Amino acid sequence: MDNLLRIKNGEAVKRSAIPCVPFNRFAEVMADFVSNNGFVVQFFAFVDGEKNRLLAVVRNKDLYVLGTEVGEEFRSLTMACSEKFHMFEREIAEQYGITPLNHPWLKMVRYHENYRKVPDVFGNNYREEIPGNYPYFQIEGEAIHEVAVGPVHAGIIEPGHFRFQCAGEEVFSLEIQLGYQHRGVENLLTQVPLKRLPVICEGIAGDTSIGHALCCCQALESLAGLSVDPGARLVRSIALELERIANHIGDLGALSGDVAFNPPAAYFGRIRGEFLNLLQVLSGNRFGKSLVLPGGVSKTMNVEQVKIIEDKLKELEPEIRHVCDLLFTAHTVQARFEHTGTVARQMAEDLGLVGYCGRASGIEYDARVSFPTEAYEPLPANRNEMVNGDVYSRAMVRREEIFHAIYLIRTFLNRSGERSAKTTMHELSLEPDAFVVTVNEGWRGELSHCLLTDGNGRIVRYKVKDPSFHNWTGLAMALRNQEISDFPLCNKSFNLSYCGFDL
Amino acid sequence: MLKIIRNRIEQGCKTSSYPKEPINLYRRYRGLPKINSDCDPSIISLCEAICPQDAILGAERKIDLGKCTFCGRCENVSEGAFVTFSQDFGMGTATREALVSDGSLPALAAHAKKHFRKLFGRSLQLRQVSAGGCNACEADTNVLATPFFDLGRFGIDFVASPRHADGIHVTGPISKNMRSALISTFEAVPSPKVVIASGSCAISGGPFFGSPEIVGDLNSLIPVDLYIPGCPPHPLTTLHALLQFFK
Repeated sequence: MDNLLRIKNGEAVKRSAIPCVPFNRFAEVMADFVSNNGFVVQFFAFVDGEKNRLLAVVRNKDLYVLGTEVGEEFRSLTMACSEKFHMFEREIAEQYGITPLNHPWLKMVRYHENYRKVPDVFGNNYREEIPGNYPYFQIEGEAIHEVAVGPVHAGIIEPGHFRFQCAGEEVFSLEIQLGYQHRGVENLLTQVPLKRLPVICEGIAGDTSIGHALCCCQALESLAGLSVDPGARLVRSIALELERIANHIGDLGALSGDVAFNPPAAYFGRIRGEFLNLLQVLSGNRFGKSLVLPGGVSKTMNVEQVKIIEDKLKELEPEIRHVCDLLFTAHTVQARFEHTGTVARQMAEDLGLVGYCGRASGIEYDARVSFPTEAYEPLPANRNEMVNGDVYSRAMVRREEIFHAIYLIRTFLNRSGERSAKTTMHELSLEPDAFVVTVNEGWRGELSHCLLTDGNGRIVRYKVKDPSFHNWTGLAMALRNQEISDFPLCNKSFNLSYCGFDL
Repeated sequence: MLKIIRNRIEQGCKTSSYPKEPINLYRRYRGLPKINSDCDPSIISLCEAICPQDAILGAERKIDLGKCTFCGRCENVSEGAFVTFSQDFGMGTATREALVSDGSLPALAAHAKKHFRKLFGRSLQLRQVSAGGCNACEADTNVLATPFFDLGRFGIDFVASPRHADGIHVTGPISKNMRSALISTFEAVPSPKVVIASGSCAISGGPFFGSPEIVGDLNSLIPVDLYIPGCPPHPLTTLHALLQFFK
């Protein structure tokens, strides 16, 4: 562990301070770290002069960073030590054309040309628009059949491809291949004027606008040396919790719809809208877009907005309680939710699941507690009791988080007298040769942005990680030995982001 | 059963009486901008400079609502001297040009194609295609099916198969990786068919304009009949546009 540099969430360090060790040492340190209850926050490649470098940000109770230098290939850590590196290594291969040797499942993540314009690791010709032209994992046998779904799904939902290997109704294996939503976000973020950054980040995943904008703005604030008013921090925290509630309520409604229990689906559908409207009261946009800016917020929260939010919470809280009671006590719902799509704790740890998917399997990690930002520091964490890792647990965790978030918002509102001013987008000059990582607990789990600047303070590498990047593999594992008809239910209980993954 | 009835009574009827009665959105909502054409040019250039979307055409004193994400920075920086956003959510247009606005928009109903009304006025079935959409547009389209908006009461529905649809409703900046799936979906819809571009992404690439990984303009792929601006469009903007255009 002595090689790792301990860093703080959202505090910039000089790039020269990050230790760069030979790859063998790097692999040893990583293997040791992740096998001792350590998790990977970010693991990515970048080009430094002529050299290919890898950088890993890992966490246990603290955050650490470590770098190494590699050539055109390196020994896969997925094979050598842990599944937690699996998707990150595929991403490195796709983005920079660096091959992780002996990777057990080296496939593209999103389908695009690599950034260095070197020969493709996967042998693809990207002039052909054929996402989906991939070798899929297949099971052979007379009784085996394959089901292919997507990219265009039946509903108003983002695109992705799911490939099931089944015997009758039973799913043996599910492979999830995404990439259809790829918009080139990470590259775009290094090429455009800084004024566009918050707007682009809000679009990384529209349902996590506040979360991603927070990660971006905290990083810019740290690199530009901006301070944020305590009042603005409250507004940002309230917005993040409103986003959490709106999404959890929407998902509980959708879960209810998926088991054909319509009343809660209708009620929660409408109540979700009420919370989006509260975000509109704060920011003017139902998803909170435009609210978070480097240095603060674009709109202040005055007595009027505080009153509207307080009154709405008072009106809605009992309604949510009653509809939750209706949903969770219905026998038909329990029969479908319980023991469906189970991810055991060991599996969740091996994969490094985050957010409610992790918590439903008994992994307590919550970035609001471990690495608090904004106004979260002194607040109590949510405790959840249902940790069986099935659909029921994932639904229960959300139910508990809704009420916890309401409690947090009330606490924040009681402190609403704190000083705050509205801010606008200013010209920023960023610290040169610096590195910063920001971590926030978005509604789906751990969000993280990493920025590296060059000698002129220009961003040369912008790395984004949505919690879905960890959790999609969890969904694939949840489907093992399930009925294929339970897929929509399992999918909704995870409700992962396609565009947040595809970037 | 008793719980269902008790909840039903508590919930009551929440369906909006729009469009029979007007609906007022909270004053912070940013809808159709009002433009002060007598504004000092130095303030206009301030607004131009701060706009993340390059949506302000200072010389012409216009805003391109197809690019605008309605972030309100121009209003904030000029204290409303050049642009103020009204709460008017009716912003759908039949042409791309009309979105380059001096603060007014042509009445959508007058520009709707007559045969669309005859064909789809009583029943309109749409297939939604997300092509790189960030899930904000998708979510605020989905919400039209909830009891408050209850789109079904107007005879409009989103359907699963393009073969059952009268048209497609497209969100997102059209990632390259979705281009062929989008075109296949469009081709699978029987003619005559409608194409709706929803959100600044589908109209102009939105926040992602300039990225080589996107197409950025739906109309360059397939002819668009109806534009719905916003980031994302408010559900009422979508509802208003659908009602005006087809009813």
